Amino acid sequence: MNPLLDVDTRNAITLTLQLASLTTLLLLLVATPIAWWLARTTSWWRGPVGAIVALPLVLPPTVLGFYLLVALGPQGPLGQATQALGWGTLSFTFYGLLIGSVIYSLPFAVQPIQHAFEAIGERPMEVAATLRATPLDAFFSVALPLARPGFITAAILSFAHTVGEFGVVLMIGGNIPGKTRVVSTQIYGHVEAMEYTQAHWLAGGMLVFSFVVLLGLSLLNRKTTRVMP
Amino acid sequence: MGHLLRSMALVMAPVMGLASGAASFAAEVSVAVAANFTAPMQKIAQAFEQDTGHKAILAFGSTGNFYAQIRNGAPFQILLAADDETPARIDKEALGVTGSRFTYATGTLVLWSKRPALVDDKGDVLRSGKFDRLAIANPKLAPYGAAALETLTKLGLLQDLQPKFVQGENIAQTYQFVATENAALGFVALSQVFADGRLKEGSAWIVPASMHRPIQQDAVLLHSGKNNPAAAALLSYLRSEKIKTLIRSFGYAL
Repeated sequence: MNPLLDVDTRNAITLTLQLASLTTLLLLLVATPIAWWLARTTSWWRGPVGAIVALPLVLPPTVLGFYLLVALGPQGPLGQATQALGWGTLSFTFYGLLIGSVIYSLPFAVQPIQHAFEAIGERPMEVAATLRATPLDAFFSVALPLARPGFITAAILSFAHTVGEFGVVLMIGGNIPGKTRVVSTQIYGHVEAMEYTQAHWLAGGMLVFSFVVLLGLSLLNRKTTRVMP
Repeated sequence: MGHLLRSMALVMAPVMGLASGAASFAAEVSVAVAANFTAPMQKIAQAFEQDTGHKAILAFGSTGNFYAQIRNGAPFQILLAADDETPARIDKEALGVTGSRFTYATGTLVLWSKRPALVDDKGDVLRSGKFDRLAIANPKLAPYGAAALETLTKLGLLQDLQPKFVQGENIAQTYQFVATENAALGFVALSQVFADGRLKEGSAWIVPASMHRPIQQDAVLLHSGKNNPAAAALLSYLRSEKIKTLIRSFGYAL
């Protein structure tokens, strides 16, 4: 029987897609102001902030996961805050995974958007200002549309990277079916339980998915660069 | 300065090689060790090196992972598993040396919390429901998780408590959940919370052996270790009275 049809697997796939979609949405909201600031500021803080944003690229997910586990726990700063708000602790919950995923994929959202903003340069914004557009107006009607390819890249990369996330989920998830058991941890579970057939199915699916996403991204990039003068 | 260091290194290298060669054919053995046996094995490796001159290179992890790696040619020479099924399987698949299997420790399950007064010595806290999350090792992967499940079934609490489960991939991660208090309590290995014959911190209920099938942890010699004197030495060292006493002091039965 095709193991992609069993309930556990379907739950894991649904959960993974939910997590990746919400993470992408949140990331676009969070990353846009950061990217805008990084692209245009001349402040000394640009370097340190840029480095902090890029940290998840180089840190092992276990480091991130471990710190999150400690921070989200009842004695940790985030845990204390969420308890004070009456939410309890967020480790082993979907929202805990969401926080982890947003941090983990932050550079994949910020950097493409930042590069797109940088490529626009000062000129279009100055022109908009001379046409009496307010800065906010100019941002929404000039900068955002011009930076569209950057946003598309950011969204696709964030989504794909969250689908492929493993270490952080393993560390703070607790492997609860339907809540924190995503595809990548499901694969790990199958391998450890020596259920290699199921592991092969899911792992193969993941491979195909990742390839298609990256292929789509490169086709899309070629198209947009051809359209843009 | 760089020159000086380099020439010193050139002089020292053969001397050091000679020194290690002199320790009666000291050899190295690489050992895959179940996560729950981490603390005792570190001590054993130290004593092993002092007593025999051989060196044990240790890797800690989950037995299921090690099995997958061994099947795919990982260069381990001994497996100290968390169960007896994996070594049996290794034997059956001719990945190990026949007749080399033996039980090096029998695990003890413990319900543990970092909070001093939470767990009573009869485990009644499980009925109180005064906690949000109960950490157990994934019962499909870890024998301690399977034993926890059997215990809860015997207590008639499985249905009630299942919604509170958070699962660690192995017993080390389960311990981590409880140690960081992300889970108020959890079923871990006594060896993780026990040292020198007593509880290191928090509160615990040592689950009676009658509550679950024994957690027999078996060792097996793998093919690549067949002709390694250090591997043979370590296996017999594990069975010596001195080491058995040490293993018991970590909360294992033997």
